[in-house]
Amino acid sequence: MSSREEILNSIRGIQKENKALPDIPNFQQEGDLVELFKSAIEANKGEILSKKEFENWIASTNFQRIISCSEPFHTYATQELPDDAHQLDHLELAILEVQFGVAENGAMWLDDSQLPHRALPFITEHLVLILSKENLVSNMHQAYDRIGRDHSGFGLFIAGPSKTADIEQSLVIGAHGAKSLRVVLF
Amino acid sequence: MSHPKAATEFLKDQANSQWHDETLWMIRDKRDASSKSIPEWEELRNLASEIKDNVLSNLDKYLEQFEAQALKNGIKIHWAKDAKEHNEIVLSILQEKDCEAIVKSKSILTEECHLNPYLEKHGIEVVDTDLGERIVQFLHQPPSHIVMPAIHLKKRDISALFHEKLQTEKGNEDPTYLTNAARLHLREKFLGSKVAITGVNFGVAETGEFVVCTNEGNADMGVHLADAHIACMGIEKIIPRRKDLGVFLRLLARSATGQPITNYNSHFRSPAKGKEIHLVLVDNGRTRQLAREKFKNSLKCIRCGACMNTCPIYRRSGGFSYGSTVPGPIGSILSPGLDMKKYSTLPFASTLCGSCSDVCPVKINIHEQLYEWRQEITKHHGAVGKGLSMKLASGIFKSPLAYQFSGSLMRKVIKSLPKSVIYNPLNIWGKSRDLPKAPKESFQDWYKRNRHE
Repeated sequence: MSSREEILNSIRGIQKENKALPDIPNFQQEGDLVELFKSAIEANKGEILSKKEFENWIASTNFQRIISCSEPFHTYATQELPDDAHQLDHLELAILEVQFGVAENGAMWLDDSQLPHRALPFITEHLVLILSKENLVSNMHQAYDRIGRDHSGFGLFIAGPSKTADIEQSLVIGAHGAKSLRVVLF
Repeated sequence: MSHPKAATEFLKDQANSQWHDETLWMIRDKRDASSKSIPEWEELRNLASEIKDNVLSNLDKYLEQFEAQALKNGIKIHWAKDAKEHNEIVLSILQEKDCEAIVKSKSILTEECHLNPYLEKHGIEVVDTDLGERIVQFLHQPPSHIVMPAIHLKKRDISALFHEKLQTEKGNEDPTYLTNAARLHLREKFLGSKVAITGVNFGVAETGEFVVCTNEGNADMGVHLADAHIACMGIEKIIPRRKDLGVFLRLLARSATGQPITNYNSHFRSPAKGKEIHLVLVDNGRTRQLAREKFKNSLKCIRCGACMNTCPIYRRSGGFSYGSTVPGPIGSILSPGLDMKKYSTLPFASTLCGSCSDVCPVKINIHEQLYEWRQEITKHHGAVGKGLSMKLASGIFKSPLAYQFSGSLMRKVIKSLPKSVIYNPLNIWGKSRDLPKAPKESFQDWYKRNRHE
């Protein structure tokens, strides 16, 4: 007998009382979604920028290697996508669009359609995500309602920059992934 | 080693053990603040518990559904009945890929299966990429906490370790500096690995996708740069529907560290073009635990670690004192199911205060199961420890006269007992403890005096 059959058979052999799967109520977050989202991102050590603030910020940097997957921000790109994700190693900035944001925790959803390389939001040194205020939902239940039956090979909620507190519980931003996260909210 | 013996070792460094206690309590406080910001928190815990009840009562069907969906999505599925088979499957995939070095993100399951030493024995370099796990791996130690693997170490220890292993400046204890050194070291490993291994937080039966949560982004750095991703998943990690993730992702990080969600929550459904995803479904004692009516609820655990952070014993004895892969209250009800003799002291490493059950996001009755395991263990192995004092107490409680006499005696003794008797190195009980003020009279006397009919 294969291990598959052995495992499934031993589960089948156990007498179990059937417990019903509960419905999930439509919980709502109280308060202004934009304000909630902003404070969540800040608590996660990200930053919220207007378009104008983004322009000022990027002018103050001296990035040589920028990739943009957002059409309106394409003028900032300094290079095209490489074929192999390993060549993204020295990327300084990636600009990506997200599908929507979640007010309760600052999480933003992207899938393969926003990610020409799945490694992109992780391997880049700095990350800018583009989000319209119209695309905010209140909490994770609404988030999964919104994703619905969408079929993508990979999907991702990003809520902040890469971080760790593994050394004596001191928070350090920039463990392996992006050292900063900025959200252009318009 | 028994839990009390190992805990004594941990407590020898008083400053360190006090820091450990206070730091974990601080995390418990953060969890409280975070959970109280959600009005429906208790409702979410109930939902999570009910969803997991449903999973446990239909596990075979959900596993079949999950497998069918995942296969349709192009994921390769493997089944392992125990740790040995799990390790053999992983090794055979690596050998097929001609792979001699891998990166691995945090997976308690691979710790449970002792995958690292097995692969190393077969000539494969394993690099744990979670910062805390890399630190303990350098020290040849297991993690001491399932969410914070290096919580037992101080930055001076890590500074000295990184000076030796990563050539950082001697004496530089700045966490940002040390983290950056690890970042550079691990970046090379990520770029050079053909295969990456991760654990799994949730597997969704409805869609065949699985979810991995990290704050560092190390799981994704590994898998998206590798040709093949091996995900190792305990069969109890199944949830029925995609929308159930809404419930669990709201609970998981808030319970673990107080943050509203982990910064990266990756949903893997099918491999990127030209790549492979292998998923190993592991039993290793889980079906045996499922058959134990009193203990099957322990399989609802989502590995948040909240029960460790709140536990007065864990905080004061450290993760290593348990000697099991999963320490703390949840580990003390899971481990005896794997080996009752080896882990016989663990269910006794508890005050049965119930704080673990109160914070558990899936409402496992942990403290009740600890009590139940004590009954099982006593039945099989006889009374453990604390024998004489318990017999004495039993004698006193059985006789009303002895009870009254001992009460009046203690009220006098506590008042006049010299401090040197209690706070002397020979009396372990006196460590970090203070005697209560003895009341002037017994409750019985007070009641007689105050009774108004």
